Amino acid sequence: MELIYSLAIGTFCACGVWLVLRPRTFQVILGLALLSYATNLFIFAMGRLSLNRPPLINPEAGSDPSLYVDPIPQALVLTAIVIGFATTALFLVMLIAARGFTGTDHVDGVEKGE
Amino acid sequence: MNVLLQHLPILPIVLPLASAALLLFLPQSRIKLRSSIALLTVLAQALIAAYLLYRLSVPQAGLLEHGVEVYQLGGWLAPYGIVLVVDRLAVLMLALTAAIALPVQIYSLARWDRIGVHYHSMVLLLLMGLNGAFLTGDLFNLFVFFEILLAASYGLLMHGSNAVRVTAGLHYVAVNLVGSLIFLIGVSLIYGVAGTLNMADLSARWAVIPLEERGLFEAGLGILGIAFLIKAGVWPLNFWLPRTYGAASPPAAALFAIMTKVGVYALLRMGSLLSQPDAPAPFGGPWLFYGTVATIWFGSLGMLAARQLTRLVAFSVIASSGTLLAVIAIGVAPAIAPMLLYMIASVPAGTAFFLIAGMSERMRFNSVSETMAPQPTTYTAFMAGEPAEVADNEVDEVGVAIPAALAFLGLAFVSCVILTTGLPPLVGFVAKFSMISALLVPAMDESSGDAWLLIVSLLVAGFAGLFALINRGMRTFWSTGRATPRLSLIEAGPVALLIVLCVMLTIYAGAVLEYLDGTAQWLKDPKAYIQAVIPSAEVPL
Repeated sequence: MELIYSLAIGTFCACGVWLVLRPRTFQVILGLALLSYATNLFIFAMGRLSLNRPPLINPEAGSDPSLYVDPIPQALVLTAIVIGFATTALFLVMLIAARGFTGTDHVDGVEKGE
Repeated sequence: MNVLLQHLPILPIVLPLASAALLLFLPQSRIKLRSSIALLTVLAQALIAAYLLYRLSVPQAGLLEHGVEVYQLGGWLAPYGIVLVVDRLAVLMLALTAAIALPVQIYSLARWDRIGVHYHSMVLLLLMGLNGAFLTGDLFNLFVFFEILLAASYGLLMHGSNAVRVTAGLHYVAVNLVGSLIFLIGVSLIYGVAGTLNMADLSARWAVIPLEERGLFEAGLGILGIAFLIKAGVWPLNFWLPRTYGAASPPAAALFAIMTKVGVYALLRMGSLLSQPDAPAPFGGPWLFYGTVATIWFGSLGMLAARQLTRLVAFSVIASSGTLLAVIAIGVAPAIAPMLLYMIASVPAGTAFFLIAGMSERMRFNSVSETMAPQPTTYTAFMAGEPAEVADNEVDEVGVAIPAALAFLGLAFVSCVILTTGLPPLVGFVAKFSMISALLVPAMDESSGDAWLLIVSLLVAGFAGLFALINRGMRTFWSTGRATPRLSLIEAGPVALLIVLCVMLTIYAGAVLEYLDGTAQWLKDPKAYIQAVIPSAEVPL
């Protein structure tokens, strides 16, 4: 599981970096989205991967820590998702505004060679 | 009253948040009500910061034991709950923020708050983010406050949106989003190894992390450090900065002058907390030193090359950021206090510079191209309704005009030049002189090449800045054929206020340096900080 998980993070991250470096604003925003997926998965992995372990204490099962997974990374991921979602939405608005102002979707606002 | 005093540390965060939220519901047309609420909030913040400063610096009035106060949010104890830590450095930064926010807020009332929508809310949220970042004692909370201040700064940069601002904003937002992701990766790596995000707890624990996990932990810190360095504008992570600051409207740019210092603050704080004698500090190695020296040179060369006053000031912000970080990186303890003095001198000077640039731009408003004029097309997209027709470069006819506008601008400009380049007699000179004299000790005694390099860089940066600014000043103020701007008191007053503040700092430099010396001592020994946050912690020292 760890191998698949880390390969997934690596793939997301590599695609994200490549897209962020592209000259079109839409590619950049997709790249940022992929990078944030990679980051969120990474944060999640920092709580160690495990199966069938809830993050909340079940009164019937008792308070043995080995029955539960660390809840903090999950809370962190949640916060990071919310913040990332909001900033991506903002970026999307700016992308459209930039398209309207400059008439091109190049990140610099001018086409190469103009 | 007692309850209020007890909850004082949270007020710099809650107050702007509440006002910003309130302002969102007030209609845009109630300009007077909106601006007075915003102004009162900033004023209240300044008073709170001043009171906290007073409590810290005059011990007998103090409710603060050992010069530190820990505020537990919701009453949860430290490693589990989130804490705010009020100490000398945090209060200094709070006071500095308030001291520049108040004049900028007054300045913006001239007309800048009306070139877009929700200006006051964004400023207040920016202040909330700044205050929170300075006060928090938790790494993830630091991330959240960084995001709040960044989100507000995106809005402020777009304020009065036009083509230049939006394209500069695209770069700025993209860079900072990547920076935030790097921050998150660093934070989660640290959590994965150390199992805590409380800064004091980390500081107490990191020396006992087993050696085989130490590498991962330090990698996490290094990644975190890169996120801070992006914020601080260190070469080669700062190519976004001049364009962004140059494109922003003057009051927004003026507030941005302190944003690079958040990165400096974060590095200083983490560096101080993680400086254990038995392990090399992960912040402040040779790579940081050479990077920051390169930043000083980059800033100086940029100042020489800049053809626009706002860009020139943006490069001077880079140079000052580099200076601060280089002094931190070289690790000469007696230079820390003068470094802090340089910071509290250069931030108001940079702020005043951006405000002056905003006023002197008007002298050449005929030559401003069409693209610079705000295009209010985006307002409808936000269903905000168009604001009153006030253009960026429209000559202001409201308010009391002050006489001899050109003389005032020139004088203010010269004062700022003196401050940023570190010429006598103002406080910039005191700071630079004591920094260099502190650096001369290792330079002479141990013939340390790094110290010499830094001294030479500081002197060269001073001369380059002087040359560039005087050159630009002569072209702006002495050339013929320019319209004399009409300045209203509300614009000139804040600049005068900032300069008077710096003059006061010069006059009371002794007392200020004493406070800063205490701060440097406090940073050097993080034991008291850790014990204040976690009384039960066993500090490995």
